[in-house]
Amino acid sequence: MADLTTDFLGIKSPNPFWLASAPPTDKEYNVRRAFEAGWGGVVWKTLGGEGPPIVNVNGPRYGVIYGADRRVLGINNIELITDRDLYTNLEEIKRVKADYPDRAIIVSIMVPCEEEAWKAILPLVEDTGADGIELNFGCPHGMAERGMGSAVGQVPEYIEMVTRWCKQYYSKPVIVKLTPNITDIRKPAAAAMRGGADAVSLINTINSITSVNLDTMSPEPSIDGKGTHGGYCGPAVKPIAMSMVSEIARNPETAGLPISGIGGVTTWRDAAEYITLGCGNVQVCTAAMTYGFKIVQEMISGLSQWMDEKGHTSIQDFMGAAVPNTTDWQYLNLNYIAKAQINQDDCISCGRCYAACEDTSHQAIAMSEDRTFTVIDEECVACNLCVDVCPVENCITMVAMEPGTIDPRTGKVVEKDYANWTTHPNNPSATAAE
Amino acid sequence: MNSPYTTGIAASRLGADELAENFGDLHAPFDAHEASVAADRCYFCHDAPCITACPTDIDIPLFIRQIATGTPEAAAKTIFDQNILGGMCARVCPTEDLCEQACVRELAEGKPVEIGRLQRFATDRVMDQGVMPFTRAAPSGKKIAVVGAGPAGLSCAHRLAMLGHDVTVYDANPKAGGLNEYGIAAYKSTDDFAAREVDWLMSIGGIEIKTNMALGDDLKIDDLVGCFAAVFLAIGLGGVNALGLTVQGEQGHVVSDAVDFIEELRQTNDLTDLHIGRNVVVIGGGMTAVDAAVQAKLLGAENVTIAYRRGRDGMSASTYEQDLATSKGVKLLFNLQPKAIRGVGDATEIELEYTKVDDGKLVGTGEMRRLPADQVFRAIGQTLDTDAGLKVEGRKIAVTGAGRTSRAGVWAGGDCAAGGDDLTVTAVAEGRDAAMDIHSTLMGDA
Repeated sequence: MADLTTDFLGIKSPNPFWLASAPPTDKEYNVRRAFEAGWGGVVWKTLGGEGPPIVNVNGPRYGVIYGADRRVLGINNIELITDRDLYTNLEEIKRVKADYPDRAIIVSIMVPCEEEAWKAILPLVEDTGADGIELNFGCPHGMAERGMGSAVGQVPEYIEMVTRWCKQYYSKPVIVKLTPNITDIRKPAAAAMRGGADAVSLINTINSITSVNLDTMSPEPSIDGKGTHGGYCGPAVKPIAMSMVSEIARNPETAGLPISGIGGVTTWRDAAEYITLGCGNVQVCTAAMTYGFKIVQEMISGLSQWMDEKGHTSIQDFMGAAVPNTTDWQYLNLNYIAKAQINQDDCISCGRCYAACEDTSHQAIAMSEDRTFTVIDEECVACNLCVDVCPVENCITMVAMEPGTIDPRTGKVVEKDYANWTTHPNNPSATAAE
Repeated sequence: MNSPYTTGIAASRLGADELAENFGDLHAPFDAHEASVAADRCYFCHDAPCITACPTDIDIPLFIRQIATGTPEAAAKTIFDQNILGGMCARVCPTEDLCEQACVRELAEGKPVEIGRLQRFATDRVMDQGVMPFTRAAPSGKKIAVVGAGPAGLSCAHRLAMLGHDVTVYDANPKAGGLNEYGIAAYKSTDDFAAREVDWLMSIGGIEIKTNMALGDDLKIDDLVGCFAAVFLAIGLGGVNALGLTVQGEQGHVVSDAVDFIEELRQTNDLTDLHIGRNVVVIGGGMTAVDAAVQAKLLGAENVTIAYRRGRDGMSASTYEQDLATSKGVKLLFNLQPKAIRGVGDATEIELEYTKVDDGKLVGTGEMRRLPADQVFRAIGQTLDTDAGLKVEGRKIAVTGAGRTSRAGVWAGGDCAAGGDDLTVTAVAEGRDAAMDIHSTLMGDA
């Protein structure tokens, strides 16, 4: 069995599956249950400064988006940072860390953008024996209105400044958690790096309204007839998060900056994908909130089995393996030509490929009287929509054309050499190929 | 207290509670959660095979999507647009041979979307609310007669009324509904559904039903043609095919028509009053045979056997119906034809002869088999009572196009008309299509 042990910033954990700072990690009771279930680490739910505890709403905190069969695709929440006393949390963190020395415990922190506030809390956190801190510059709801959370994460200068304070007043690793509610994720990541961050973690949740109650005309979750935008998470945000992760991994300015991947990790496969895009580990929340802590067992067995099948002996073996293959559109090979192919043995004749292609794409699928669906190579641009909408996995595949053959759509020979947009004759700013 | 082992023919073989349970819904209706889960499985196929397989062409993917998106009322309207008896069809259609057989998920996983039960979910919703989602067009001034208040006649009458015509429906029986009321197994139409459906259908207005009036006796075709702008005949098959067999003993006690037994079951107010034999044999291979056999078993008969003269392949009852019968404890015997019923006083035994196909013809092999039989039901098909002087084809009223008979101004549909497959849903389609044709003809745009 592959070794899932992870060393992230010198912090060891038996596997790369950490629970993200969120409701599941708010209390000793939950965290102990998580560790018993097998989670490699937790990021403790965000602590605020000393003083009267945070106040939460007393109505619903979560909204939801469902897929088929009421599968949770996305949840948004308007819960604030921990509403428990600072010292209660600190004592619990200390106790749990002492009992689980092999697991990672990171403490998430959010205090105002004042040096004194950070200077005050950091020694208290240091004293717990936790392995590191994560700076919550990401929560988009509630706290952002008070100048914290994503309000900080949207200003790279603040990120740099606060990160620097943390490195000054705290001796262990500092992870900066980024908000996706920003146009270019590379800027806050670079700012964190300049401030001395040991790593970034992303994404925090996305501004969202999941639904509107059409009877009361209130966004959900509705608090006495009013709603506010919440932070969106779960499988639905994974594509957005992975793109942002890849941007940071590819950016020469931040290349090599350790990343903790967050956003819709639900299965071992999601985790593996994040790791191939350069993450040293992943953080999970929605999947645990949907199914309970036990899901980590599938994540561990699945990742382990896949690594064995691929011959990977450690996480390091495939970490970042997909980064070199993540490129700009302009560098994609325009000489690569594929055609859809329908496996008639697997086809169940639902005709969704036909409807999609005929109505919304290139009229490249023919339908016979007896409901046999075949690709018209003369029309097929290999857009992949038929593959995407087909309910049977692998029934429709994209098959690359052999170089030297004629593409029936264009009548041109399929070239074997790579050629991209930068040298394409239709590109007004093309540079001549050497 | 009687039991399944009480000899001869007896009532109350089972207690009232057990009988009530046995004759409750064969498939419990979906609740909202079940409907939502079932609806999620529909792929919304292009030019969906289920629609093609439906004799009334209901837009099934659309109505299922309407259920899935929380608007079962809209789903019901989609169904009723094509099939005003969608409620009954949801209960009695052999969906396993029609829409659900064609469902791509049957091909993919051997488990189709449960279209029939979803249809019932939507139609029940609207019918329970007492909502008739159609209104009548401006009066046309035309009066039309429909003979037979079964599925074909009701479907035709509703469509005609909707189009603005005034419709008088005649029926030979004391109640409207036809086979829906008299000829379907009780567990497929519980809580007096057939009668409730007729009341609901009538709520569109413009339809008058006159019962106890049979074509031929009280009603003359010539009079109808004289008094009405058009006549639609949907008289079904009132006669029962005869069995050619030697009977010893008192025939009257022992050989009955399965359709009468089914009717008795449907019309009774007290199932404990119904008599059934300890050993029951049903002769036939269609849905009627299965309905009779299963219900005999459910009444508490100890041994119920369906004896069919051909092989399993020849049975017109679907595999699903056959499985239903065997799951209820009915035994299916094939390649057996009845030769004699024996017994002093009451019958006690039936003698059957094995058959084989010789030169394409079914012949007896000479080998005999005897089965204990206190009661024998015949379910070997029904015939036309009267052809009303119309051209006949294959012992049914000949029709062309949308039910046009050999006589101008007279249309026919349902079981009495040639073609079709004697299903409720087919009758509904024929009634509807004839109505449209009558309308076009009368209004001059045919």
